[in-house]
Amino acid sequence: MSWDAVAAFWSDYTLRTVAAGAAVIGATAGVLGVFAQLRRQSLLGDAVSHAALPGIALVFLLTGSKEPAALVAGAAATGWLGALCVTGIVRSSRVPADSALGLVLSVFFGAGLMLLTWIQRRPDASQAGLDRFLFGQAATLLTADVATMAALGGGAVLVLVLLWKEFKLLSFDPAYAALLGLPVRRLDILLTGLLVAAVVAGLQAVGVVLMSAMLVAPAAAARQWTDRLAPMAALAALFGAAAGVGGAVASSLTARTPTGPAIVLAATAIVLVSLVLAPRRGLLAGAWRRWRRRRDLRLHAVLLDLHALAGQHGDPTAAPHAAAVLRAMAAGGSVRRSLRELAGRGWAADAGGDLWTITADGRGEAERFLAARAVDGRPEASP
Amino acid sequence: MMSPQVEIQLIAAVTAAACSLVGTFLVLRRMAMMSDAISHSILLGIVVAFLAVGDLASPWLVLGAAATGVLTVALVETLHRTRLVKEDAAIGLVFPALFSLGVILLARHAGAVHLDTDVVLLGELAFAPFDRFAPGGTDLGPRALWLAGGVLLLDAAALALFFKELKLATFDAGLAATLGFAPALIHYGLMSLVSVTAVASFDAVGLVLVVALMVGPPAAAHLLTDRLPRLLGLAVLMGAAAAVGGYWIARWLDVSIAGAMAATVGLVFLLALLSAPQRGLVAAARRRATQRLEFALAMLAIHVAQHQDGPDAADECRADRIHLHLHWERGFAERVLRAAEQRRLLRREGGLVRLDEAGQALARGALTR
Repeated sequence: MSWDAVAAFWSDYTLRTVAAGAAVIGATAGVLGVFAQLRRQSLLGDAVSHAALPGIALVFLLTGSKEPAALVAGAAATGWLGALCVTGIVRSSRVPADSALGLVLSVFFGAGLMLLTWIQRRPDASQAGLDRFLFGQAATLLTADVATMAALGGGAVLVLVLLWKEFKLLSFDPAYAALLGLPVRRLDILLTGLLVAAVVAGLQAVGVVLMSAMLVAPAAAARQWTDRLAPMAALAALFGAAAGVGGAVASSLTARTPTGPAIVLAATAIVLVSLVLAPRRGLLAGAWRRWRRRRDLRLHAVLLDLHALAGQHGDPTAAPHAAAVLRAMAAGGSVRRSLRELAGRGWAADAGGDLWTITADGRGEAERFLAARAVDGRPEASP
Repeated sequence: MMSPQVEIQLIAAVTAAACSLVGTFLVLRRMAMMSDAISHSILLGIVVAFLAVGDLASPWLVLGAAATGVLTVALVETLHRTRLVKEDAAIGLVFPALFSLGVILLARHAGAVHLDTDVVLLGELAFAPFDRFAPGGTDLGPRALWLAGGVLLLDAAALALFFKELKLATFDAGLAATLGFAPALIHYGLMSLVSVTAVASFDAVGLVLVVALMVGPPAAAHLLTDRLPRLLGLAVLMGAAAAVGGYWIARWLDVSIAGAMAATVGLVFLLALLSAPQRGLVAAARRRATQRLEFALAMLAIHVAQHQDGPDAADECRADRIHLHLHWERGFAERVLRAAEQRRLLRREGGLVRLDEAGQALARGALTR
């Protein structure tokens, strides 16, 4: 980003508000998404966000109010009801979780659509803003909206931190938590409630589909960098906020790019980078590990052949052996390259004329390798 | 010539039947959320295909959009196979990203693409009869009906042709692989069908509600039967019934047809959940109540058998104190006593309870079981 853009960012009230709002949503959803991911409920947010539609329509229908706080309360009520329906259906019938999710999200959404079209028929109805609900309208955020979102999201995160130990135990080992006498059912409902709060806080900014992505993506990215829960939650919050700000800025810099989708694409980019680059779990790290393991195997195969030849010829180090013999013994791969790399490590020496000898260091390494294999208890190493 | 009303109902029923057919296998294979993912991702396919073809009615559009559905499946699988994310998280990563791309493309080419986002998301069945299929000037009915009917035929034909293979791969993927049936091929074949069906249905019911038709009827039918052919038949029937019922509800209340159809699917599921003969909640509650009574009768018989000829019979077998000895609620004890009298397990004699022959047998049987 150029300095002009940075300057524009600080002087642009709308952009600043939108970015702040997106950062709050991303951070909240990131933290709660970590728990959802742990409990294999990544898609519950999807059901909750769709199930919020009838609540919004109902509040508008009953009170005629478009007050954000009232609409958010309605959204939270039916969103929560939807989440409870999912767990209730799974617990009381043979319907698996994925079907229950799909069913709840589409049926609640359908009911919401019915209510919305009902509202639009009434003479006093202005557009209740289905578009806004579906795609979000980050560009229309006001400072007051951001404050509401921050209060809601901050409250949810605060409860999460206060009950951190309990939620952690619940997520990793619910059976043990029950054994310790924790009120597992109630904690479960509370944690779901926090998830609902995070979802409805972000709905009007990024919309239904994209809100569910904010619960999944930052958590999935953070998972790649650490195995510990607290750092993971912090990292997910950071990633979520970064995606929010990045998406908001990107959509303001390019014409006709809606903010919600831009935020989701930013979050997706963070996930991709994490998947590839993360130090231990990452794809690159994995490929590097596999490559090294294969090379070590290849080198040791040749080294052991050299060691065996030296042993059979009495005089261990002096007698050089032809690379051709080694090639005949090898299962495959470039023996010449392996020999050169062995020489580089000081385990073999080039005796000239395509003849090679094993060095004292090389014999030590071969003995060590065979001994380690014997400890492993492989059958071929036993006497 | 059909009236538009009948045409709309036909389109709805045929669409629902096609969705239920492929959806049954999604539900059985625990991939119901794949329908959500596919139905959202095809928005990208529709927009891209439209930009390339420039005609919403083109069959290329259907194929291009369906290809995005298969792409979604492939991406989810690739992501899942890295073992870095769980499957549900993989779904939750892929489809919002593709959907976002679609929405951004749509916004940027708003002038070129005459796609109303409302129609894409919600469908508009009410206008379907105005779009006629009239090759060479002869009106053969609404285009949407032909499309939905064609997809239903395609689904039915493919499922009938590969029924054995699909069944095996669904219930025992390991065995299917051992027998050489290439589960991956079957999987992608099924997902292609799901994608084509979703694209064909989006006109009528919109993206989100395709999910209701694919997941709801099969999930409800699965509560009613364990046999696959019957399950498929029931799902199709329930889907079509919910579609037609939804249409009439929408007409009666003057609301969105697609929304009413989805809500009706929910009602049908709720009905099945409550009243399924064996797995329904009502049946389960009744079964529990019966078991509770049977158990209580056995306990009562054992208690009386132990004490009626003992020295403390005057206290232990008093009809109005027996609930104290068995640690029951008083009302429950009275209900159990009455049931026992009705079955001639025992008699009351001067405030005391005495077992009859049948009661003695019950107590003996319960103790030696």
